[in-house]
Amino acid sequence: MLNPNIQLNPKIFTEEIEKISPRDGFGEGLALAGEIDKRVVALCADVTESVRMHLFKNRFPERFFQMGIAEQNMVGVASGLAAVGKIPVVGSYAVFSPGRNWEQIRTAICYNEQKVILIGSHAGLNTGPDGASHQALEDIALMRVLPKMSVISPADSLEARKAIVAAIKYPDSVYIRLPREKTPVFTTEQAPFEIGKSQILWLPENEEKFSGITIFVCGYLVYSVLEVAKELEAEGISITVINNSSIKPLDTELILKWAKKSKKIITLEEHQTAAGMGSAIAEFLSENYPLPIKFMGTRDQFGESGQAGELINKYGLSKKMIKQTIKEVLSSF
Amino acid sequence: MKLALKEIEKLSIIIRKEIVSMITKAKSGHCAGPLGAVELYLALYFGGILKYNPQKPNLENRDRVVVSNGHYAPLVYSVLAHAGYFPLEKLKTLRKLGSQLQGHLYRLSLPGIETSSGPVGEGLSQAVGMALGAKLDKKKYQIYCFMGDGEQDCGNTWEAVMTANKYQLDNLTAIIDRNNIQIDGFTENVMPLEPLKEKYESFGWKVLEIDGHNISEIIKVFNSSKSIFVKPVVIIAHTIPGKGIDFMQWEHEWHGRVPNSQQAEQALHQLRNLKGKIESELE
Repeated sequence: MLNPNIQLNPKIFTEEIEKISPRDGFGEGLALAGEIDKRVVALCADVTESVRMHLFKNRFPERFFQMGIAEQNMVGVASGLAAVGKIPVVGSYAVFSPGRNWEQIRTAICYNEQKVILIGSHAGLNTGPDGASHQALEDIALMRVLPKMSVISPADSLEARKAIVAAIKYPDSVYIRLPREKTPVFTTEQAPFEIGKSQILWLPENEEKFSGITIFVCGYLVYSVLEVAKELEAEGISITVINNSSIKPLDTELILKWAKKSKKIITLEEHQTAAGMGSAIAEFLSENYPLPIKFMGTRDQFGESGQAGELINKYGLSKKMIKQTIKEVLSSF
Repeated sequence: MKLALKEIEKLSIIIRKEIVSMITKAKSGHCAGPLGAVELYLALYFGGILKYNPQKPNLENRDRVVVSNGHYAPLVYSVLAHAGYFPLEKLKTLRKLGSQLQGHLYRLSLPGIETSSGPVGEGLSQAVGMALGAKLDKKKYQIYCFMGDGEQDCGNTWEAVMTANKYQLDNLTAIIDRNNIQIDGFTENVMPLEPLKEKYESFGWKVLEIDGHNISEIIKVFNSSKSIFVKPVVIIAHTIPGKGIDFMQWEHEWHGRVPNSQQAEQALHQLRNLKGKIESELE
């Protein structure tokens, strides 16, 4: 059942649920953050509207810097702005930032301990027709290995909005990963969001009914897993679904608690299974409570052109595949 | 802090000796570049140009010095110690475990260091960010950015060059140590940079060229750079790598080589003679 302690959208499993790109939520949140804190400045690398930074740009033109297609320079400039008291937010597509400018992020931002918020848009297969060159499937890995860098993958537009506002107040640098596609807005204004906290979205009615499977998922795919959980419940299979939007820092307390209740866990992300969100959980659990994990994601491969849904399907991350995987895991008990 | 010209000249020898001693003791580090750039730093810190206060290193209105080529660390440490940021005693700990004097500059380890650096080609971007921030807040402080000529190979450097022009950052002065060497050889063989002056001019910068060992000329050009408006300024300082030690001068092999004890003694001997020569000339 849906977690009764979290206020989710009452229209969650209906046709009327609104679909909005998390980029839009981020754009609104950035403009809001600019209002809340005058130190906030924004920099973009020639994809302003696409990353939805135009809302901030229109409202605070003097605090917006167009950096051109030069992502290495952009993060260096952001570091310099942070050094003189600003809170810079830099936006591009994830393949370019952090894809192209990783070392500058490492040295000028992380090692230098200058707080900068990085927005990597168009992350994942859902980027669609642009093809593999534009579908970042490695960015979680690139960012989570860096000291002084946190990693967030919001599940819908409201979470994206809350994530940017939270990042402004957070002590360290934060990387926020955003999909291109629209996603159902299944959370609400009141639903909790905190960097370092995961949220249980779906859980068994009681312990006796629990199948022993907990799924950790983040980003674009969270809603699909909730739909699967609902379908499975109708079939008499109760699972737990955790929105693991805070990839770093991990909510280790919650992860450990549910690992102990589970026989096996499944991780699901629109990213390479190597070094992604699932790996972060595996690293933590292998040291603290080893148990079998089934990883779902892309497996050492690039994407290709196609519609978002077609690609999610082809690369084995569709609702059908999620359901099938859960049943396979169940039959292995 | 402002010193008389002859005091700065004497200090230039002391700092060269410290660089050789530090690197010899550490058994690793870069010799040629730091030895060639001594006068540039001394003119800035002791020629009455830079606004700084070692007792209050974080004052908001201080001028900022960004050292993009972090391998010049021994020179920077020696200059900062003489400027009063920390005791000279610390210099002998260069590159040792637990030392505040990291092999390449680390912002959080010592006062007076504005940015961590090591990978070259990204300091100018950070200097641009500081200059943009200063403009946004209508602050009057200046940003100085030291670069090597080798890092003019980096695309990142030219991205920053374009940005400084776009935002007309006249509160930014870059200094290129044009010593013509980099790790693999002479810059013009590794990747030709010339005509460097014309390149910067065509990118919208004001270019000033100087003899990078002539202290009074350097002070003069730093002063004149403050009165150039609308454009960012780059000072191309022609220097001799390994300056002061005959077997290091112009030898690119000395970019990252460490003198053995015999070579170090020879180098220090030459610097002692040079000190005597300067003192007798001045008297």
